[in-house]
Amino acid sequence: MNILVCISNVPDTTSKINFTDGDSKFDKNGVQFIINPNDEFGLTKAVWMKESNNASVTVLTVGDSSAEAILRKCLAIGADKAIRIDCKAEDAYSVAKEIVSHCETVKYDLIICGRESIDYNGGLIPGLLAGYLNYNFITNCVSLEIESGKAKCAREISGGTEFSECDLPLVVGAQKGLVEESDLIIPNMRGIMMARQKQLDVYKAQNINSRAVDKRFFKPEEKGEVKLVSSDELDKLIDLLENEAKVI
Amino acid sequence: MSVLVYSESENGKLKKSSFETASYGKALSEKLESKLICTSFNCSDSELLNKYGADKIVNVESSNLKEFTAKTYSHALSQVIEKEDVSVVILSSSADAKYLGAYLAGITDSTYISNVVELPESINPFIVRRSCFTNKAFSSTEIGGDLKIISISSNSFGLKENSGDGILETLNIKEINTTFKVSNVEKQSGKVTIADADIVVSAGRGLKGPENWNMIEDLADVLGAATACSKPVSDMGWRPHSEHVGQTGKPVSSNLYIAIGISGAIQHLAGINSSKIKVVINNDPEAPFFKAADYGIVGDAFEIVPELISKLKSRQ
Ligand SMILES: Cc1cc2nc3c(=O)[nH]c(=O)nc-3n(C[C@H](O)[C@H](O)[C@H](O)COP(=O)(O)OP(=O)(O)OC[C@H]3O[C@@H](n4cnc5c(N)ncnc54)[C@H](O)[C@@H]3O)c2cc1C
Ligand SMILES: Nc1ncnc2c1ncn2[C@@H]1O[C@H](COP(=O)(O)O)[C@@H](O)[C@H]1O
Repeated sequence: MNILVCISNVPDTTSKINFTDGDSKFDKNGVQFIINPNDEFGLTKAVWMKESNNASVTVLTVGDSSAEAILRKCLAIGADKAIRIDCKAEDAYSVAKEIVSHCETVKYDLIICGRESIDYNGGLIPGLLAGYLNYNFITNCVSLEIESGKAKCAREISGGTEFSECDLPLVVGAQKGLVEESDLIIPNMRGIMMARQKQLDVYKAQNINSRAVDKRFFKPEEKGEVKLVSSDELDKLIDLLENEAKVI
Repeated sequence: MSVLVYSESENGKLKKSSFETASYGKALSEKLESKLICTSFNCSDSELLNKYGADKIVNVESSNLKEFTAKTYSHALSQVIEKEDVSVVILSSSADAKYLGAYLAGITDSTYISNVVELPESINPFIVRRSCFTNKAFSSTEIGGDLKIISISSNSFGLKENSGDGILETLNIKEINTTFKVSNVEKQSGKVTIADADIVVSAGRGLKGPENWNMIEDLADVLGAATACSKPVSDMGWRPHSEHVGQTGKPVSSNLYIAIGISGAIQHLAGINSSKIKVVINNDPEAPFFKAADYGIVGDAFEIVPELISKLKSRQ
């Protein structure tokens, strides 16, 4: 079985978010980049499937050379090979189209993405891939088992879990629950050494025009001072919530 | 050209989110000088959408749509889009709407943009404001493409009543073949979910242990709220994963968020920042959460919460 895991390179969760060029670009200065947390759950699951399903695992990112460090990390975690499609990741549409065009030349039985990236939070790419490729699709995926070309999977829904079945090929949007946090593979020395020998291919991009362009970024308005209420004046808090904020 | 709103329903009845999407759709259709069409699937009360200004209501009846799947629902919507000459589709931010939105964009080759928080600031070019970097920022984004799909953040636009005289039409659609079958749904009944809740009561490690969550559930009960928790609380198994909110958990955009014994780490705040009013109860006056809060009480949750519950009860 051939698995593709799509990896997005995102600012670390503690990053201060700043902008440059007249607030039109994200300021990468001093920002540490990490594997998108949702993708990491998906990657760990894929690495498990190397044994359980005799799978081969390719990781792919659409981005410039600065994304290679996290691809090496993915190889150290256990992916067999890595691909970088060389261009600036401009918007979900163009990124999805680059991945689609790769998937038209190499067939994957399973494409695992994160349910959303923590930078733009679009949650777009897995759905776009499935739509363009006409593959089955499940997102917010919390369980996945594949046997003889059929998938049994589950997704988190509002207030519960929905179980389903489908044929491959399938696109998955992974999240916590697909594997647990404690299952995440931390690369060891041997993994890191082996990753150096593994293949990391750089492909030329199709250079697809983007359809969404960030014109200007804004920070949320500064919060005013918090209104402190003394702990023996709870009636006052209730009154404020009822009559000032009008939320109860 | 028209604006099409996908009106979500459950068990044949409209969901609350469909009134917000219709309100937004109406305002947008006025900006675009076009008609507002609301479409629902297997829904019995879709005429209620007239209250929010529908010019036409299309209810699709099909046994193929009994269960939600992104594929069947997207193909049904794409047939409505084709028939009605649509330029913009409006969706909510529910898990299902986001699930089908991107897939729909793929099969119709359209431009999809999520987490939109306002009406477009300009129509030509088409510029919308969306939240990004997990609510640490917003972006004014110009979008192209002949067909646009916009999903709006919940509670960002609100409900605006408007009189509409939309005639209800029933549409039959072509069914599509799919191997994707929903086999089983496990759902807690009677509990308010984080996604649908106007009020969310959330607690953190300050509660010391899972045995202390009764008061959190009681407080949620009196307020008709959903319960949530910080990440370590779900990691330690005190509460189910489905309650984990924050940057790597569920997003919250309720009207009121009450945080009890939560320090207010950046990853927690990122996920709940778009809630309108935040109340913090914490015994440490230096807790970072106070900087992000509207109202705060410095004190012991074990004393404050029970008293708050009894005061709220006596008020009802
Ligand atoms: C990659 C990454 C992703 C993360 N994602 C998330 C996320 O999505 N969501 C999330 O929540 N966290 C996330 N975190 C964790 C986050 O950094 C914090 O560790 C976490 O939010 C702290 O949880 P807490 O506030 O419950 O616990 P603590 O930080 O331990 O705070 C407990 C608070 O309770 C107060 N307290 C103690 N006793 C009482 C009392 N009797 N009465 C009132 N108050 C009391 C204390 O003063 C303290 O402020 C993430 C971390 C990382 C590294
Ligand atoms: N530049 C990229 N290259 C490869 N995969 C990506 C890229 N951006 C996003 N993805 C994948 O798509 C998922 C959802 O991202 P998004 O649509 O940006 O929220 C991520 O979790 C990744 O799996």
